[in-house]
Amino acid sequence: MIRVVLPAHLRTLAHVGGEVTLAVDAPATQRTVLDALEAGYPMLRGTIRDQVTQRRRAFVRFFACQQDLSDEPPDAPLPDAVATGAEPLLVVGAIAGG
Amino acid sequence: MSQVRVLVGTRKGAFILTADGKRERWDISGPHFAGWEIYHVKGSPADPNRLYASQTSGWFGQLIQRSNDGGQTWEPVGNQFVYDGVPGTHKWYDGTPHPWEFARVWHLEPSLTDPDTVYAGVEDAALFRSTDGGQSWQELAGLREHGTGSSWQPGAGGMGLHTILLDPSRPERMYIAISAAGAFRTDDGGQSWRPINRGLKSEYIPDPTAEVGHCVHRIAMHPSRPDVLFMQKHWDVMRSDDAGATWFEVSGDLPTDFGFPIDVHAHEPNTVYVVPIKSDSEHYPLEGKLRVYRSRTGGCEWEPLTKGLPQRDCYVNVLREAMAVDSLDDCGVYFGTTGGQVYASADSGESWAPIVRDLPAVLSVEVQTLP
Repeated sequence: MIRVVLPAHLRTLAHVGGEVTLAVDAPATQRTVLDALEAGYPMLRGTIRDQVTQRRRAFVRFFACQQDLSDEPPDAPLPDAVATGAEPLLVVGAIAGG
Repeated sequence: MSQVRVLVGTRKGAFILTADGKRERWDISGPHFAGWEIYHVKGSPADPNRLYASQTSGWFGQLIQRSNDGGQTWEPVGNQFVYDGVPGTHKWYDGTPHPWEFARVWHLEPSLTDPDTVYAGVEDAALFRSTDGGQSWQELAGLREHGTGSSWQPGAGGMGLHTILLDPSRPERMYIAISAAGAFRTDDGGQSWRPINRGLKSEYIPDPTAEVGHCVHRIAMHPSRPDVLFMQKHWDVMRSDDAGATWFEVSGDLPTDFGFPIDVHAHEPNTVYVVPIKSDSEHYPLEGKLRVYRSRTGGCEWEPLTKGLPQRDCYVNVLREAMAVDSLDDCGVYFGTTGGQVYASADSGESWAPIVRDLPAVLSVEVQTLP
């Protein structure tokens, strides 16, 4: 199972308290994880990536295993530790004021 | 006894303020959608328990929320706003062509007759419609494609479609306004559009009487007299008696004719309210005195309404969507400020009191009068 940690506003929107766990066929990629996330939580569509272009929203980042994966190709395999569930994929809202 | 429900959108959530017909004791619920910008919340005239809210965020984009129980519970509905066809370009701030890009929904206008039909005014300026309760949205592209769209340019706050007025006597007629393109009208349900800016004069554009390019801040109409429109422009308060075909200035004796909101009394079609603001670069009341101005003559002669409003050291703004009226007798008038106050008058503006004082900056105020 893939573990995904959402930012607080998206946890509220999706009515989830902690991590989300998702069953994703190998190889796990950003795209397959987000596909599974949006299938399970349709209210998240459009909040992490554009619904048409599927491009990551500018102020959303993807971190895992102390790495910034935000600019990795969406079809690149995620780190083994994410794929095995040892480490979560973190969806992070960029730091900003206001 | 009648009830009033005030729907308030703020920079950090939505609030719902309710009172009985006396409008003295208020219950406040919220924040709904805490932490998100709520540009607009509006109820369906055909089903007052059906509400729509525009929830938006620089991080997570646009959501549309719908309530079927007057705002007690909400569900996210469709949030995919895709321009029709290849959207082309409008002008950017530097005059270069810029592709149309969806940013957010500024205004939601439910149909007068069908709770499942709702219009959305968006940035970059376009008009969308849903006929399935907000689940899916289709652009009424005739507006953007009627001919002048490529010359539209954003104002400092973005190129938003903010005003949507539905003509209760002619279901096919609708007015919209865009900052900073101007006002437009359709007579065929949104298929075709024409600019309706003749008579507007704007010194901040190269041709002050151009067909488009005017920074219209808000238009208001009384439902009993839908051919008469009142407009708060960037500068100037304007009036049209011919459904927007021509406009004339009714700023009259206002101390400043800059401002954002404008509204009409529920029972007196010639009674109009504005909130004069010092200037385009000083977005606060003149002399630190928060004053609503009322005309009972359809413009030109204006009187300050000050009782209960701060008359010193007040430097808030009142944004374009942040004024509304109820339809009780006597008419209630409401407005919200960037300082987080929502003021109410239960006597057509003679006296005012804050319903709530310390909300986040208020973006929008709508009022429902319930049986």
